[in-house]
Amino acid sequence: MQNEKSLIFEMSKPGRKAYSLPECDVPLIDPDKLINKEFQRTIDSELPEVSELDAVRHFTQLSLKNHGVDSGFYPLGSCTMKYNPKVNEAVARYDGFTKIHPYQPEITVQGALKLMYEIGDMLSEITGMDQITLQPAAGAHGELTGLMLIKSYHINRGDLKRNKIVVPDSAHGTNPASAAVAGFDIVEVKSNEKGLVDLNSLKSVMSDEIAGFMLTNPNTLGLFDENILEIASIVHEAGGLMYYDGANANAILGISRPGDMGFDVVHLNLHKTFSTPHGGGGPGSGPVGVKKELIPFLPVPIVSKKENEYFLDYNRPLSIGKVKSFYGNFGVIVRAYAYIMSMGPDGLREVSENAVLNANYVAYKLKDDYFLPIETTCMHECVFSGDKQKSNGVSTLDIAKRLLDFGYHPPTIYFPLIVSEAMMIEPTECETKETLDEFINALKQIADEAINNPEIVKTAPHTTVVSRLDEALAARKPVVRFVRS
Amino acid sequence: MTRYIGNTKEDRASMLKEIGFDDINSLFKSVPESVHLNRRLNIPEAQSEMELIKNIKSLSSENFNLDDYTCFLGAGAYDHYIPAAIDQIVSRQEFYTSYTPYQPEISQGTLQVIFEYQTMICELTGLPVANASMYDGATAMTEAAIMACESTRRSEILIAKSVHPESRQVLNTYAKFRNISVIEIEYTNGQIDIEDLKNKINSNTAAVIVQSPNFFGVIEQIEAIKDMVHENKSLLVMSADPISLALLKSPGELGADIAVGEGQSLGNPISFGGPYLGFMAVSEKLMRKIPGRIVGQTVDKEGRRGFVLTLQTREQHIRREKATSNICSNQALNALTATIYLTMMGKEGFKEVANLCLQKSHYAYEELIKTGKFNPVFTAPFFKEFIIESKEPVNELNKKLLSSKIIGGYDVEKHYPELKNGYLVAVTEKRTKEEIDFMAGKVAE
Repeated sequence: MQNEKSLIFEMSKPGRKAYSLPECDVPLIDPDKLINKEFQRTIDSELPEVSELDAVRHFTQLSLKNHGVDSGFYPLGSCTMKYNPKVNEAVARYDGFTKIHPYQPEITVQGALKLMYEIGDMLSEITGMDQITLQPAAGAHGELTGLMLIKSYHINRGDLKRNKIVVPDSAHGTNPASAAVAGFDIVEVKSNEKGLVDLNSLKSVMSDEIAGFMLTNPNTLGLFDENILEIASIVHEAGGLMYYDGANANAILGISRPGDMGFDVVHLNLHKTFSTPHGGGGPGSGPVGVKKELIPFLPVPIVSKKENEYFLDYNRPLSIGKVKSFYGNFGVIVRAYAYIMSMGPDGLREVSENAVLNANYVAYKLKDDYFLPIETTCMHECVFSGDKQKSNGVSTLDIAKRLLDFGYHPPTIYFPLIVSEAMMIEPTECETKETLDEFINALKQIADEAINNPEIVKTAPHTTVVSRLDEALAARKPVVRFVRS
Repeated sequence: MTRYIGNTKEDRASMLKEIGFDDINSLFKSVPESVHLNRRLNIPEAQSEMELIKNIKSLSSENFNLDDYTCFLGAGAYDHYIPAAIDQIVSRQEFYTSYTPYQPEISQGTLQVIFEYQTMICELTGLPVANASMYDGATAMTEAAIMACESTRRSEILIAKSVHPESRQVLNTYAKFRNISVIEIEYTNGQIDIEDLKNKINSNTAAVIVQSPNFFGVIEQIEAIKDMVHENKSLLVMSADPISLALLKSPGELGADIAVGEGQSLGNPISFGGPYLGFMAVSEKLMRKIPGRIVGQTVDKEGRRGFVLTLQTREQHIRREKATSNICSNQALNALTATIYLTMMGKEGFKEVANLCLQKSHYAYEELIKTGKFNPVFTAPFFKEFIIESKEPVNELNKKLLSSKIIGGYDVEKHYPELKNGYLVAVTEKRTKEEIDFMAGKVAE
């Protein structure tokens, strides 16, 4: 049995230190003379006191309890856990990027502004949009920004009644949540038996109160909605706008563009499609692209160009304002820029071709072992149901946990909500056939175990640093910080 | 075939054959012909790693970086010292290539780091519950305002005009779409105008938001307003510079219900404005209302301590439109950075950094005033940043300094027209006496 890892606070000992600071080289003044005592703290923050080696070792040991893309296959559906190229990490660390202040004079940051301007143009071309903002910090933040743009567009036209957003029942949870934060009511439309938007259901909810329709295409079942043009025309005829959730854009690079499908607003996840690392849950970046009618409403500033000089344009009277400090997650944007420049037009198309091929390969090879609710050509991900195994008392959660014993990160589970016992597998283009075959074999073995040795699946994982954790206890009696006893 | 794609041509052919397709294009038959692009994307051709490095290096060297220039610019993003060990640890793939810790058994590293981060934020803020971090200080403050409206069922936010202009802009953007009204409270001598607050607070006031040290660098009189706010059953939201919390009374001690702030100063590169992290801590009462991820401690089947994402019923993937926020990620890697920073600085080093900022900024203030080129603006106490009034236009002054490789202070007049030629100067522990004297000398020329 592995030992518990100490918390950094438990390793602390007064007098140890991991810092070195220069002596104060200006005449020291009693702090009480600079700041009245009433403003000063009387209780110190109980921060750890450890040596530099202890600090480094602590975090290194913690890192070893994580599974990353470099550790092994990470087929987490909808998250596009592709390889994070090392050169991107290297270039993003150049002093000319990490050591520049956001309020430096524009003339001193021309390289940074040029990079932002160029990636904006490239993302516009990739999505078929007319203008991009790089300000949103994440996908959900991009959604929120896009929805604000949609609302502003209607209001500016004097169309004040449009306070509802339509989302499919297969949508990511962030879609309705973002719509609510943007002040909309949410209307849900059903999926049909093919997993696509039910056109009659969509028509029936359209009215002059509908501001827009949010769609992920390919959707969360990994299916491209073949009725996309008809959907767009239903929404547009009712006066609504089309919002493209770019979570699944890895399927369509160089193949089809949201702008050509009828979408008016798009967000992309640079941390999915454009290879920037997920960082254990951020930072991401969620640029938003719009068609020209919506450009005036984009957040300030926009990077613009005058003759040969780049500048930050704040003079945009119809702008929604700001959604974040400064200009976006610049360090993430540099990485995505490096990625697009490395791939070029043919490389990006190959990304989607191979992502789709890999997903279909996995779907095909596993469809006899796991129930595939919608048996059709998928795009970049496939969604299985664990229903077959459930009849033996083995749940999708059990299967996911058993995969950990094989060294894999499990697929996304229990999503989309419209598939029972869902397992959503997104291999990405980066993986080789050999990696896929090994993964397929592991899942086949688990399917076999579910029949012949279900206990080993139900009690999994067996090889991880901790076994299944009591999540109910964590929620019932929350301990969310360390307290010295 | 690019270096980031796994399959060979032969692999592709054999895989296609096995699954019953003639060619790649037939995999895309569900995409209607009319929406196929049918041309190459019009973006630059692919570059080899060598070419890429050369081109990006050239872009980066067009920027004037703070190793070559001496920075007296702050205004929400600060040039603090970053210990070398941080980037080495943050560069471990197990941290940066992993996703949100949905599978706790193989994510204990990230989860324990966040638990330690939450603990440190609680220590700094003097409040009992912190989340796993938010996009940045401005969005954290805005989420706090929304949380206050939801939990008090009121719809008006009073915010000190001395709060960072960009934070107020972000709040205004969000508020506009949620029918939250935002009313600004004037300042006097650089601090919130208590009389103005008294006049404006009312039964619909969900929260009063104050930043301390505020945008002017001035320490606010929080204790003087806390009773007024609480007697009105409003929440007190305090935004703070985390470095200042080594020295100044914590939001918890001052009676704040919610503490937020920009965490960039905690070891994160200044990076042209992002990525940073916003921190947020709340009182016990607000624990189930707080937006974003929270990590909790629990045990596994063998009774060993472990960590999980908890209180998830607040979140969008469970609650959808009824969630406390739409936020899905946190800024995990930046929170890791902050955690390592606070670990390395430790209890004593953290106070030393704050004291160096305090000492050097006051020295710089005196030296700059002595040049005769500036007038004092406020007499209220400040921490690491201060406003003075330049006798020449700020633009001109900064141009002159730039030619001596100094990035000068912030032109406050942009946001506060009443503070004509207002000049906001930040002095961190990185600035030396020599640099300060050099700047003062250049100003005096």
